[in-house]
Amino acid sequence: MFRRIIHAKWPGFTIALFIILLLLPPLVPRFFIYILGLIYVTSLLAMSLNLVVGHGGMFQFHHAVFYGVGAYTIALLLTKTSWPMWVGFIAGPILAALVGLLIGWFCVRLTRLYFGMLQISLGSLIWAIVFRWYKFTGGDDGIHGVPMPGFLSSLNSSYYFILIILAGSLILLYLILKSPFGSTLQAIRDNPQRCEAVGINVRRHQLRAIVVATFFAGIAGVLFVVLERSVFPDLLFWVLSLEIFIMCLLGGWFTFAGPILGAAITVALRIFVGKYTEYWTLILGIILILLIFFLPEGVMGYFEGAFKTRTKKVAERGNP
Amino acid sequence: MLRVEAVVKSFEDFLAVNEANLSVAQGEIVAVIGPNGAGKTTLFNLITGQLRRDRGKIVFRSEDIGELPPYQICQKGIGRSFQIVNVFPRLTVFENVQVAVLSQQKKSSLLFRPARNLAVVETRSILESVGLLDKSQNIVGSLSHGDQKILEMAIALGNEPELLILDEPTAGMSPEETFATIELIKRLARTRGLTILFCEHDMDIVFSIAQSIMVMHQGRTLIQGKPEEVRNNKEVQAAYLGGSDA
Repeated sequence: MFRRIIHAKWPGFTIALFIILLLLPPLVPRFFIYILGLIYVTSLLAMSLNLVVGHGGMFQFHHAVFYGVGAYTIALLLTKTSWPMWVGFIAGPILAALVGLLIGWFCVRLTRLYFGMLQISLGSLIWAIVFRWYKFTGGDDGIHGVPMPGFLSSLNSSYYFILIILAGSLILLYLILKSPFGSTLQAIRDNPQRCEAVGINVRRHQLRAIVVATFFAGIAGVLFVVLERSVFPDLLFWVLSLEIFIMCLLGGWFTFAGPILGAAITVALRIFVGKYTEYWTLILGIILILLIFFLPEGVMGYFEGAFKTRTKKVAERGNP
Repeated sequence: MLRVEAVVKSFEDFLAVNEANLSVAQGEIVAVIGPNGAGKTTLFNLITGQLRRDRGKIVFRSEDIGELPPYQICQKGIGRSFQIVNVFPRLTVFENVQVAVLSQQKKSSLLFRPARNLAVVETRSILESVGLLDKSQNIVGSLSHGDQKILEMAIALGNEPELLILDEPTAGMSPEETFATIELIKRLARTRGLTILFCEHDMDIVFSIAQSIMVMHQGRTLIQGKPEEVRNNKEVQAAYLGGSDA
């Protein structure tokens, strides 16, 4: 297992970064720890979306719903039941995946844009239920002060928990992407008709990918509650879905880690530019326009491309 | 092995295939010929499930496959290549064939095992048999047209089909490439015990390798028989062969 992960690009860099991030909490202000936590949660969300959008080529337009379902599941279980707390942590991703299975089951019957439209409608339905059902979900007030187990009592311990779960999830996502399941998924993205002709049940494969992706979105939802101790209907609103879609585009959706970069840029913009103006999305919009014109492969895609050409040139110079 | 009986397919008002009949016996090389627009590709798409017939019967190994989706037809043992190159342009040559081999081995859904260690022997042996092994790590988008057509066949072989359907395997190839491809098809049929159904424009190729020829004209089957029978058939000569030169 370990050796397979080592095959990842820049293993040394990744491990060093992980260790630095682990050492940060005592060294930097609480505010930054919170922001980093938020970036991790959002990164996992964007990574889960990218599995189906970037690598699966599906128009997963309303991914935030599964994030919200994961978050609400744990919040409701921890506030309204006296079940052991770990049940909430497990149930969040599982319920998100079940909702993913249900919505995906309808969506994979349609193609491209129609897939996306249907998902927006079905997802908005779930948002409307959460938004309106005051007695159960707290409506637009949401649920605040979700109790957490003792080992997550401080911000720093939550930070460690989120970082470790993120790292574990990224390793799993990487393995999935490099597995037969992942390579078949990418083949379907490139040419579904050909995949059918080599005996692959395209719809079923896509549905499985949606279930996997929504499971990880559910994990992100749980981590959000760990960080924020509260949930609100905006977590399932289509605006957030659009935002995470943009994160994938921004980072580069044919790369593995691009969405993390996209999430970091977007969260940082929201927090730092959002301090000065509520129209921070304006800046995001301008960045997006520039991106489409100048870096169509995304930021990470651009640097990977540049890196490849450079090493190629060096190699060519090496053996004339 | 394969029997097509009075199959009809129309698009809006246009009858693309109108009462086509075809039979392919085990181990045979069968060609379908006919002018452009005769319905050859449509017929192939009906057999492999990309299209669904309106009427008629398509029987493979005494089972009606007319209602099955393409992936099930493939699993029954019918592989195919496409006339217009239809591959996975972003993947390498190796990965293109591997997708099919993994599907054949029912390993497409494995989640946590690295794909690069799976189905390697089978994939390499297919690439070797079609002569693409030295290009196995190339991205497919960068291959020549001829190589992409060969890759088409290699992908189809990944499913270890019993019946291989080739839709104009040499379309757009240079004469040398065409010659090499024909030799390849003959060799594959022999060494892998494949039954082959193909369509082709080049009459020299057809008459040199086909054991049975089916002639289509305006969606209809004129005749199916041995090459000499077809060559001597008056109707065929009038409709097709004799049209311009002979």
